[in-house]
Amino acid sequence: MRGIVKDFPGIRANDGVDFELRRGEVHALLGENGAGKTTLSNLLAGIHRPDAGEIEIRGEPVELRSPRQAIDRGIGMVHQHFKLVRRFTVAENLTLGWHSPRGVIRRRSLEREIATLAESYGIQVRPERPVWQLTVGEQQRVELLKNLYRGADVLVLDEPTAVLAPQEAEALFTTLRRMACEGRGIVLITHKLEEVLAASDRVTVLHRGRNVATVPTSSTTADELARLMIGDEVVPALRSQRAPTGDVMLRLVDVEADDERGAHVLRGIGLNVHEGEIVGLAGVAGNGQRELAEVVVGLRHVRAGRVLFREREITHWPIRRRIEAGIGYVPEDRLGQGVAPGLSLVDNLVAKRYRQPSIGGRVLVSPERARRAAEDLVGRFDIRVGSVDAPAATLSGGNLQKVVLARELSADPALLVAAQPTRGLDVGAAEAVRRLLLEQRDAGRALLLISEDLDELLALSDRIAVVHAGRINGEFAAPDFDVHEIGLRMAGQAAA
Amino acid sequence: MTRARPALRAIAVQIGAVAVGLVLSALLLTVIGQSPVNTLEALLKGAFGSDFALTQTALKAVPLALAGLAVAVPLRMNLWNIGAEGQLLAGAIGATWVALTFGDWPAGALVPAMVVASIVAGAFWAGLAAAPRAYLGVNEIITTLLLNFVAVLAVAYLVTGPWRSTEESSLNLPVTNLFSDAALLPSVGSLNAGIFFPLVIALVLMILLGRTRFGFEVRMIGASPDTARAVGMPIARNILVVLLVGGAIAGIAGMIEVSTTFGRLRQGLSPGYGFMGIAIAALAGTSIVGTLVVAFLFAGFVVGGLALQTEGVPQAFVLLVQGIIIFCALAGTRLGSSPLRRLLPRRGGTQAVPTEDLSSP
Amino acid sequence: MTAAVSAGAALLIAALGELVAERAGVINLGVEGMMLVGAATGFIAMDASGSAVQGALAAIGIGALLALVHAFFAVTVRADQILSGLALTIAGTGLAAIIGRSVVGVPAESTFQEHAVPLLSSIPKIGEIFFEHQPLVYVGYVAAPVVWFVLTRTRLGLHLRSVGENPAAADAMGVPVSAYRYGAVVFGGALAGLAGATLSLAESPGWSEGITAGRGWIAVALVIFAMWGPLRLLAAAFLFGTLDVLAFRAQIIGVDIPATILGMIPYVGTIVVLIAVTVFGLRRRLGAPDALGLPYVRGER
Repeated sequence: MRGIVKDFPGIRANDGVDFELRRGEVHALLGENGAGKTTLSNLLAGIHRPDAGEIEIRGEPVELRSPRQAIDRGIGMVHQHFKLVRRFTVAENLTLGWHSPRGVIRRRSLEREIATLAESYGIQVRPERPVWQLTVGEQQRVELLKNLYRGADVLVLDEPTAVLAPQEAEALFTTLRRMACEGRGIVLITHKLEEVLAASDRVTVLHRGRNVATVPTSSTTADELARLMIGDEVVPALRSQRAPTGDVMLRLVDVEADDERGAHVLRGIGLNVHEGEIVGLAGVAGNGQRELAEVVVGLRHVRAGRVLFREREITHWPIRRRIEAGIGYVPEDRLGQGVAPGLSLVDNLVAKRYRQPSIGGRVLVSPERARRAAEDLVGRFDIRVGSVDAPAATLSGGNLQKVVLARELSADPALLVAAQPTRGLDVGAAEAVRRLLLEQRDAGRALLLISEDLDELLALSDRIAVVHAGRINGEFAAPDFDVHEIGLRMAGQAAA
Repeated sequence: MTRARPALRAIAVQIGAVAVGLVLSALLLTVIGQSPVNTLEALLKGAFGSDFALTQTALKAVPLALAGLAVAVPLRMNLWNIGAEGQLLAGAIGATWVALTFGDWPAGALVPAMVVASIVAGAFWAGLAAAPRAYLGVNEIITTLLLNFVAVLAVAYLVTGPWRSTEESSLNLPVTNLFSDAALLPSVGSLNAGIFFPLVIALVLMILLGRTRFGFEVRMIGASPDTARAVGMPIARNILVVLLVGGAIAGIAGMIEVSTTFGRLRQGLSPGYGFMGIAIAALAGTSIVGTLVVAFLFAGFVVGGLALQTEGVPQAFVLLVQGIIIFCALAGTRLGSSPLRRLLPRRGGTQAVPTEDLSSP
Repeated sequence: MTAAVSAGAALLIAALGELVAERAGVINLGVEGMMLVGAATGFIAMDASGSAVQGALAAIGIGALLALVHAFFAVTVRADQILSGLALTIAGTGLAAIIGRSVVGVPAESTFQEHAVPLLSSIPKIGEIFFEHQPLVYVGYVAAPVVWFVLTRTRLGLHLRSVGENPAAADAMGVPVSAYRYGAVVFGGALAGLAGATLSLAESPGWSEGITAGRGWIAVALVIFAMWGPLRLLAAAFLFGTLDVLAFRAQIIGVDIPATILGMIPYVGTIVVLIAVTVFGLRRRLGAPDALGLPYVRGER
């Protein structure tokens, strides 16, 4: 791939990236959030088309206009979200869409054929099993096998170990090595340094959409890679920092939880947030941040461990009770969970207060009072909108976020969980949001800030906790943020 | 509390759907050699062309309006109450039981008792489907649909069995005894007191949906279930309640039918009011007033349909018209402005409202 | 017993058609309407041509045509499938009444007569019950296992099922989702039409507006009751047919339950099965096709 440029609205995801994959190698693609790795691989898999640059396969320039075309050219991708028919068996999934065997499918012989195929690759699957019975790791193997079955000789794996246990990850790497030895090219997208060092031959580091280095793995160190990944950051001056003043507002003890796929994504989280402090949660996307927020707020059940709020056990409390106790939530999915796009601003703004005396009584809700409350909030938070009756969907991202914040803060929470609060916002809006968050901190609230933007975390947090593979891998206190060390922790290195 | 007023375009699409539907169906008539113009003329005249016709239409509009509301209310939360027909019958059964058991009570006590009974029965019938939906996620479309037929059979059982008529004039007919006069709703001019119910209920609903906590929650859950959950609204309970409300309204319609039109419980009590209610709600969308208007229109069809027989066109023609109108309204969803737009594919489809199950992997 | 089998035939055929459509992900509540139109059309065609077979063919054709309308709205317009199906039933009921008007009360000249299957019908007891019927019943017998075989053992069936379970995955693997859905729905309609003809040309020869007696709806319930399995469907249809017959002959057999209560069993039974499957977590194994009722929109990239 040469000179690849890919733009998305508002951001240049790939900026003149060169990437080369040789036959027989495992080539790691390393980078933090938003570095452009997934975009690049999506271009390769035919999901998007580059705005500039060219792609050559075996020396031939190609245009990949659809995933089918990519598959036909021998490029196979194992996505993070599997495309498997759960009710079908492994064998049925593999043969789907294929042209042979025609007509009648002889179950036994198909299964045998697949078993043989799997064995030849050293992949362990049970072809006769329905997919819904398989572990996530097995399902991933099926996806892998699917690509091999189609004769892929370029394999792209996007964060494959996110759902695997350590032994499974090792088994995967052994398999990949074998694929490579047989002449295929493997692209391994990852943010985990130990994987890069253990499994790849070469590594390309992407940072902010650019290819900053392509080196043989043997000639580099974790340190160097981390530095390349994070870039040489100047720690921005912290604003009005203060030591945590108050009691522990939120305490997580050994919290374990699963994600939608059943993967064990939180593996023992221990974290404290005090009054009057902002705790930033740093980490590459997919390490359990979203699930952690949901556990605190009540949208997700915990498998084990405890959640304590003001030292009271709230582990099994329903959402409403937590809200009434004083927990606020700014979700990362603004339009899906943050607001109801079809409803007016008034409705959205009072969505948490409609039961309070200021707006309504025990049964009735007063539209007039709601309206006045909404107008008040619009003024206080400087939400730019024509009328409070306008549907929320008509607002810009920045204003939408202000609506969410306004709603949450107007309920006077003692703890605010904010997930990716400035994602997708323009500079001005982002600044406004950050200022709001700091104001809350100064007012004595406790904030848990989850962000993929490390700069933001560095600028706002009093403490930073790094999450990696479902655990907290290090905590740092302001003002001594060692960016380099943080980067290492984000990538999986344990304490030196 | 504001709610998005139906855009003028949406109303135009609705009217368009009805018009196109009428025309198309009429054209189909040419296939069997009838004149479309004559047919339409007869239909409209039969529906609205005389005082008598208007009265009949207004009377028929009562159960239709209630049926339409019974579907429209749960629809605000993206729940389909296909069981309005059955709930109507259940309400009729409840009212009948009171009328037959306490027939000697004075009207002042009997009629309210019948109303209450029909509400309870209709809500109960809806509840049979609502509870599995709210707490188990069992699709309410299937369950409410099936319960319709069970209700029809229940009526059949009652009128041929335990409640069979013992009166001379109707022995061996599938009817119950006539109700005492006290059980009948009083007349109001050439109409009857039933006419008040849709109006009052519509008013109550507008307050309920616009000015209460419950209404707010319904609005929020219908608009964005994920957001509703994130702000702590109890989803399962609201699913249950909203369907119970729908059932109660349909139940009242049943009560009105037995205590006005027929004065007894009988088979064939409802010519499909519940199903027409679905069509009415689909056309009218979220507007309560719109539901009443569309119901009046459909009532016109039913009444006008009776007049068609003089033209040699079977009554069933109005069914064809209704069906085609619904198709036109569905086609309107593609044009972009129809009350049905909210049903276009999202993460949801027939199960647009998620269940309480947080722990599902 | 014999009557039970023949009573179940129309049900079976209609339900099989609906099963195929639903396995492809489209729910078609228009079965009742299609059956009625099929019955009327079939009878009219038979009356005009003098041949029951031609009548049946006409019914199949009209059923397929009507289903095409539903398929269009469900797959292309991506409108709500419940509404579209209901509209089809409502319109179909009206349409059938209109076109059937001319043949109400007309006696049937040519109907499907009973033919005994050689050999099989001489098996004591069973032979009598199962193998001395009009040909359409045999069609039902054969159709069920055929449908089962095609669905579970052929590529066609695999693709069709995939479209109903996970159209996104099927699409990604190159399966033409819309084509399969259209095909399945039209097939369902054809069978519904045939089922209607079974009624007007064999079961109760003639035409009347109530000839289906709600069987179209029972067929829909049947599919669910049988948890979308064609072989289970065969058994369930027989079961429901038995209930139907029992309803009429309860006193003779000495069963004391009124016909009406018996008639509730198919519906209540289906609801119970639905709830049980959910409660016992059998949804994975036995439940509805995952994408049933959901229009497919490509482009969740």
